[in-house]
Amino acid sequence: MLVCISKTPDTTSKIAFTDNFTRFDTSGVTFIVNPTDEWYALVRAIEVKEQLQTGSVTVINVGPKENESVVIQKALAIGADNAVRIDADAADAFFVASQIAAHAQQEQYDLIFTGKETIDYNGSGIGGMLAELLDMPYLSLANHMVIDAAGSATITREIEGGVEVVTVNKPFVISAQKGMAEQRIPNMRGIMSARTKPVKVIAPVSVDTYTSIVNYQLPPARTEVKLIDPENPETLIKLLHEEAKVI
Amino acid sequence: MSVLIYVTHANGVIKKSTFETALYARKVADMLGTADVVAVSLGNVSQAELAALGNYGVTRVLADNSSVFTQFDSAAQTKALANAATATNAQVVVLSHNSAGKAIAPRLSVRLKAGLVTGAIDLPVISGASFTVKKSVFSGKAFANYAIHTPVKIVSVSPNAFPVVKGSGSATVEAWQSGVLGADVKVTVKEVKTMSDKVALPEAELVVSAGRGMKGPENWGMIEELADALGAATACSRPVADVHWRPHHEHVGQTGIAISPNLYIAIGISGAIQHLAGVNSSKVIVVINKDPEAPFFKAADYGIVGDAFEIVPRLIQAVKTFKAQNA
Repeated sequence: MLVCISKTPDTTSKIAFTDNFTRFDTSGVTFIVNPTDEWYALVRAIEVKEQLQTGSVTVINVGPKENESVVIQKALAIGADNAVRIDADAADAFFVASQIAAHAQQEQYDLIFTGKETIDYNGSGIGGMLAELLDMPYLSLANHMVIDAAGSATITREIEGGVEVVTVNKPFVISAQKGMAEQRIPNMRGIMSARTKPVKVIAPVSVDTYTSIVNYQLPPARTEVKLIDPENPETLIKLLHEEAKVI
Repeated sequence: MSVLIYVTHANGVIKKSTFETALYARKVADMLGTADVVAVSLGNVSQAELAALGNYGVTRVLADNSSVFTQFDSAAQTKALANAATATNAQVVVLSHNSAGKAIAPRLSVRLKAGLVTGAIDLPVISGASFTVKKSVFSGKAFANYAIHTPVKIVSVSPNAFPVVKGSGSATVEAWQSGVLGADVKVTVKEVKTMSDKVALPEAELVVSAGRGMKGPENWGMIEELADALGAATACSRPVADVHWRPHHEHVGQTGIAISPNLYIAIGISGAIQHLAGVNSSKVIVVINKDPEAPFFKAADYGIVGDAFEIVPRLIQAVKTFKAQNA
C-alpha cells in the first residue's frame, strides 16, 4: 500500500504573503502532515495491514529534505513501514501526481491512498490524476472501506445529500475523509522506531507543470457584525430579506 | 471550437450545479468568441430536460443514454467526456466542484493534458494566450489566481459561487455514442442512500447549523423546524457529530465538508478556526450565541447575543409570517 502525504501549514496558522503577494510567507508557520492524509488515509492503511496480517505501508512525499523531519518521521512514528521522498518542490498537482505515478509504476502497489484534499491549496486533484496516470479505478471522498485478503473492497463514498456504496477490486486509488479511521497519536516506541525505518530519496522525473500561481489575495475584512436586539429577533428576518437579500 | 460542460443528474433530473456550469461556460464561450456551449449527458435523461439546458446558454447536447452509465465510475465518465472534448474541439471544459466533478476533473486533466483549477469562484480572466482563474486557498483564508498554461483548460466551479438566472432558449439534442463500453466500468454501485426529501447540504443556498449550545440531540427539533421554514439544509459543528448528536455528513468545517451557501445561520457554535474554515466562504453569516465573546461574532455579518432556546422559536414564527406574506 502506498499513502501520499503532503506538508501543510498548521490549521491555526496566520496566512500572509511576501514578494508582492506572489509567495506564501512561511516565517513563523508550523507545518504538519495534511490532516486527512494522516488521520484517515494513513491510519486506514495501517489498519488494513494489521487486519490482513500481511503487506506493508509506504508513505510518499514530494518535497525538500526538511520534509523528512516535518512530515515523514511523523508518518513512520504512527506506523508506516518505510518512506519515499521525491526530491523536488511540489510545483503543481500534475507535477506531483506524475512523480508519485512514476514511482508507483515501478513498485506495483495494490492500494494507493490520498487524503480528500490538502488544507493549503484545497485542490483535491492528486488522487484522480494518479488513477488516470496508472489506469486504475478512483474512489473519491470515501468515508468507509472494508477489504478482504483477495483484494475485493466495499467502499462508502460521499455524494450530495447522501452516500454511495460501491464494490471494486484492487488495484485502485482511494481518497479518504472523515469516517475512514480515527486519528492515532504516535507512542514512544513508534517515535523511536521511526528513526530506524528506511527513507528512500528519489530524483524527480522530468515533467512540465500545467498550472502556476500568479499571485494571492487576502479576502476583504468582513464588516463589523451588526448586532440585533435579542428582544426583537424578528428584525433579523427583515434584514436578511431587505438588506442582505438572501431570503 | 466549443466550451464543454458535464451534466450532473440524479435519476434523470438535472441538478442545479449543471445550470451553474452552463452559465459559467456560456460566459467563457462569449469571452473566447466561441458560439458553442456543448453539454455532455451520460445516462438516461429526457430529451425535453436536455433541450431546456438552452435556457442556461447551452447550444448543443451530446446525449449517450447507454445503460453503462447507470453505474458511476469516474474512469468511464472521464473517457466519455474526453471523447466529446476531442470531437467538439473543446477549448475549455467546465465541471462543478461537486462529488462527480472532484472524481472526474483530475482524471480528465491527465487524459486531455489540460491544466485544471478546482473550485473556481470567479470567471476566468482571459487576455491573449493568458488564462487565469481565481480560487479559494488555505481553507478560505486567502485567494489565489492560477494561470493555466496548456492549450485546453479545465475549470471546476465552486457550488453556489454563481447565481442561476434562467434565460430562454432551446439546445439541440443529439444522440451520440461516447465510445464507452461495459468493460470500461470497474466500479459497481451497490446502493445509493440519499435523503431525497431534504436539501443536500453541499448544494444548499441556505443552511441552519447548530452546535454544543443546543445541549443535546433532543433539542434539534427547533433547528429542523427553522430550516424547514426557510427551505434550508441543516448542518452541525464537529463536537456535535463526534458525540453522535447529529450524523457525520452534517458536519461542516476543516475535517467535515466545506460549504459556501448564501446564508449560514450558526446557533450555539463558538466559531473555532477549524469550523470557520468550512463556512467562511458563505456570503452572509448569522451568529446566535449567548456568549458575547464567542469568536464567531468576529466572522459574522449579523449577530444576536442571546439564548437560542428563546430566540429560535421566535425566528421560526417570524419566518413563517414572512413566508406567508411573500408567498
